[in-house]
Parts: sequence; structure tokens; C-alpha cells
Amino acid sequence: MTVTDHTQATADAAHSHGIIPDKSRADRPTSFDVDVFPVPTGREENWRFSAVRDLKPLFADEAADGHLEWTTSDLPEGVSLVEVPVDEAQARSVRAPGDRASAIAAKRSGGAMALTIAANTVVEEPITIDLNGTGGDVRGHLLVEIGQSAEATVVITRTGTARYSELVSVDLKDNSGLNLVLLQQWDEDAVHAGEVVARLGRDSRLRGTVVTLGGKVVRLNTSAAFAGEGASVDLFGLYFADSGQHQEHQLFVDHAVPKCTSRVTYKGALAGKTARSVWIGDVLIRAAAEGTDTYELNRNLVLTDGARADSVPNLEIETGEIEGAGHASATGRFDEEQMFYLRSRGISEEQARKLVVRGFFADLIHEIGVPAVEESLMRQIDLEIAHVEEELENE
Amino acid sequence: MSTLEIRNLHVTVETPEGTKEILKGVDLTINSGETHAIMGPNGSGKSTLAYSIAGHPKYEITEGSVTLDGEDVLEMSVDERAKAGLFLAMQYPVEVPGVSVSNFLRTAKTAIDGEAPKLRTWVKDVKGAMENLRMDPSFGERGVNEGFSGGEKKRHEILQMELLQPKISILDETDSGLDVDALRIVSEGVNRAKDNTGLGVMLITHYTRILRYIKPDYVHVFVNGRVAEEGGPELAERLEAEGYDRYLASA
Repeated sequence: MTVTDHTQATADAAHSHGIIPDKSRADRPTSFDVDVFPVPTGREENWRFSAVRDLKPLFADEAADGHLEWTTSDLPEGVSLVEVPVDEAQARSVRAPGDRASAIAAKRSGGAMALTIAANTVVEEPITIDLNGTGGDVRGHLLVEIGQSAEATVVITRTGTARYSELVSVDLKDNSGLNLVLLQQWDEDAVHAGEVVARLGRDSRLRGTVVTLGGKVVRLNTSAAFAGEGASVDLFGLYFADSGQHQEHQLFVDHAVPKCTSRVTYKGALAGKTARSVWIGDVLIRAAAEGTDTYELNRNLVLTDGARADSVPNLEIETGEIEGAGHASATGRFDEEQMFYLRSRGISEEQARKLVVRGFFADLIHEIGVPAVEESLMRQIDLEIAHVEEELENE
Repeated sequence: MSTLEIRNLHVTVETPEGTKEILKGVDLTINSGETHAIMGPNGSGKSTLAYSIAGHPKYEITEGSVTLDGEDVLEMSVDERAKAGLFLAMQYPVEVPGVSVSNFLRTAKTAIDGEAPKLRTWVKDVKGAMENLRMDPSFGERGVNEGFSGGEKKRHEILQMELLQPKISILDETDSGLDVDALRIVSEGVNRAKDNTGLGVMLITHYTRILRYIKPDYVHVFVNGRVAEEGGPELAERLEAEGYDRYLASA
């Protein structure tokens, strides 16, 4: 078990774990020009833990023939979902893509879908968007725009299969609030590389939850940049990797302005010999971002031998005038003492394992704030655990 | 009427220095309704005895037998032992984050009985048992042992014992680290279980203080992996006056 915990880290420009980047996280290129990004080899800083071989089809700058089937809940007044041409979609995105897969997705999307919530609109019921893949190559570009003082919950569920790359732009105007839930429930052969880029206006609040259970390879990079003071972001992630699955989540929180708060909490379980997970959490506190309060946490629970979880927190701090900055990362084996305790009360091994894993995820699931999603996730985690029991029996 | 019978029990444990024998032939018989105090200095093997009977994987039984009403306990898995009627109140109960006490208790009760308890009586039983142990009702919503104080952990152990109603209970230093108020509450719980269900108790303790609240029928002094001396309650009084030095000098 390795644990790093640096609560209240003070100004320390070089504070970083893993490979120290040769330059600041802020210096990485962003562009809609695909040629700015060479085809990744796996040696690059942001691709070095990635399943580059499986992701290769997503690096080809070619027209894609496939599409995802969209099913959307009824949209209330003040909410619109319309198609916009590629040029306009790029212009309305909060930031240009940060890697090749995402740049190709924006270029080859054939037009983006824009979900727009008008200013001062408060949407009570969650807006649900189900995206179902029927195979083939799919490039997607989605705009989520929350008007000033508007509030909404958006749940996007991906099912079926595809070789899918996407750029999701999330624009929170001043004082708006968004609860965005992205569920990766792909079939087992899907390959998905996505980039979610969010810009937070003054006093806005973003709660972003990512749940990755399905797919062969899922690589989801989330960036949140503060553009106005007093904003806050909570980013939650839950993943469960079985044999043959590679699940990667990269986070980047950019504190560019004063008095913003960020919390990153990702938890994953791994079971099976070739199960892989990668978590990279970058936080940058720029010189101007006085009064910043940030904490990021990643925990991994390794249920069987052979599974591998990489966890790399990076904290770059350019000012000492902050409220707090810390991170914690821990990867632990299944706890035999917990099992013994539960079993000594008559609880079977299988039931005990289920309790421990459910308990591990429980607080995170309760953060999602959409009851239907929470209940469905608990059931899916039970299915994942049942799958683990099968794997253990086959050993 | 139940009987836990331990015969010539030898137990080893793996250490960095190699295999080490901790128990070197323990004989002990506990019947329903009897309370046996196991006393002895630190490192004498008291906890090893408790965990070996409960089936902790760290300990290897190399010789001897443990039976409950004639059934071979050593052949049973950890959960089968609990279902057979054994209970271990641990010295250091383990945290299980995210699993609420009420969910845990109901799951354990269902496992022990082989069927879910009737909801209405169960809720009442849990509430009553918690009141008896001066536990706040909000306790049920907390994670198992998560952030519990030492006294809360021990009361939670006794709560489980009262609700699961085992035949024989092993209390591993349940009194250690408790102030006198908590000790009294915990002892009342043990005495209640004895009165209500005829529980047989193996009371492992380093100190004699708990014996003022839970009266032992027999006292066994444990030294260097064996029972060095046995007697009635008067032996505990002698230990209180003299300590363990007498045994250690000869050991």
C-alpha cells in the first residue's frame, strides 16, 4: 500500500509526484488544428500509461462513417438541443482540444449537438441523453451551455459499441450550476477517448461525475478552468476494471483566478489479471489565484492478483497565498482483516466482499445526487462483484 | 446446553524469524452458563487462543482439537463457526467504511439465522439493545467502527453479541482501555446475555477489575502458551494482590 497525503501543502513550485513534467501543465498545446498533435507513440507525458495500440483508430484523421443513436428526455422550456455546424461548434467551444483524438473528433464530427439552458432557467428534473453505439468509427462534439443563473442536471449514458472519440465543451456562465453525469456503460469491445473541457464563470458551480464500468478501453480527460472568482468544482469518478479493461481518467483543474474551490474524488476497484486503471490528477494554482482551496483524492481497491492501478497526483503551486492545497493517493489490496471481521459474524465470504466493495463506493455514489442513477449504479456494482466471484473461482 | 471443548491445542504463527509456536497444549472446557476468566501476562497466548478458535487465517493449528457440542470446529470456515454458535468480541474491532451498522447487523443476523429477521421485531430488538448499552440511535447510520471511540467499539461488539445470541462467546480484552462507566455498561450487557440465553463465556483479560462486574466461575492463568494454574474466583483475588511475577519467575 502506498499513501501520499499532503494536506495544506504550502507554496512549492516543484511539488509533484511521478515524473516531473519538464514544463508547467499550462504549457501543453491546445488547438483545433489536428497537425499540432503528432500521432501518439505512448512515450509522451500524457499518453505514457494509455492503451495507445487500442486507441490507434482514433488517431486517424479521416472521415468516420458511424454515428451514435440519440435518445433524449423531453426538454422543458428554456432548454434546447440543436445541431450546429463544425465551424460554429469550434467557435463556441470553451477551449480548443488538448490532444489528437479530441482534435480529430471536433474536426470530423460532421456538426456538433448543442444543449443550451437559457439564463435564469432552473430545470428540476434531470435531462437524460442516451447515446447508443452500433459499431464503427464515430466522432462526436457536444456543447453544454448553461446560461447565467441557470441550473440543471444532465445525465449522459453511453451504451452499445463504437470506436468513439469526442470533445465535450461545458460552458458555465456566471452564477450558474450544472450537475453533469457521464456514464460509460459500453459493451465490452467499445473504445472511447473523450475530452471534457469546462470553463467556469464567476460564482458558478460544477459538479461532474464520471462512472466508467464498461468498454474495452476508456480514456476520459476532464479539464476545468476557472474564469471568474468565487466558482467551485467537484469532480467525482467511479470505475471498476475487469480483466481486459483499460480505464484511464486524467484530470486538470486550472486555478487561474482568486477564491475558487476544487475537489477531485476518484475511486476505482480492479479485478482480474489484466485489469488496468490509470488516474492522473493535475492541479495548477497560478500566481493570480490567491485564496484557492483545492484537494484531490484517488483511491484504488485491488481485489485480485495481477491487476494494476497507476495513480499520479500532481500539484503545481505558483502562489503561497492560498487557503489550502492537498492531495492523497492510495492503492490497497483487499483487506483480509475486514473480511475476517465480517465472516466472524456469520457473513459468507461472497457477501462480505460485496459489503466491503459497496461500502468503498457508497459515499461516492451518494454524491451523484440523481436517485435513479444511484440505485442503478449500486445494482451494476453488485453485478461487477458477482463477476469477480466468477473470476476467483476460475483461478 | 452447549459445550466448547479444547484439547491439547498447539498453534503456530509465521514471523519474520520463522515459525513460532504460541500455544503449547491448551486444555479447556466451557459449558453453557459458565464464565471462565483467562488471565495472564502480555504475550502469553491469550489472544492467539481467541483468534484460533474463531478461525483467523494467520494462525495454524498443528495439534489438538476444538469441538462445539461434538462438532469439529477446526474443520469449519470462519462464518460456519459463527453460525455454529461461536462469537468473538475483538480487542481491536476492524473498520468497514461505508457499511452502516444497521445494515451490518441485519446482514449478520440473517446469515446466522438462515433467514431475514421479522422487520418489526428486529427494529425493536436493535433499538432496545442499543438503549441498554446507552448507544444513541444515530449509531445505526454510522459506518461499522468508522471513527468510533474505544468505548463505542467495545459497546458495538457487545451489541452484536446480544443480538446474534451465540452459544459461547469469547471476549478478548473487552475491558482494556475502558473507563469505569463504559466497563460497567459493557459488563451489564454480558451479564444480560448470560441471564437471557445461558451464554457460556471465555473472558480474556489482563486486569482483574472486570471480574468485579462479571463474576467468573473458573479462573485459568495462562503463561507461555499453557494453562499454568486453575482455580475458582479466589485465584483472581490472589492475582490482584500478587500479579503475575510468581509465574514468570518459574517460566
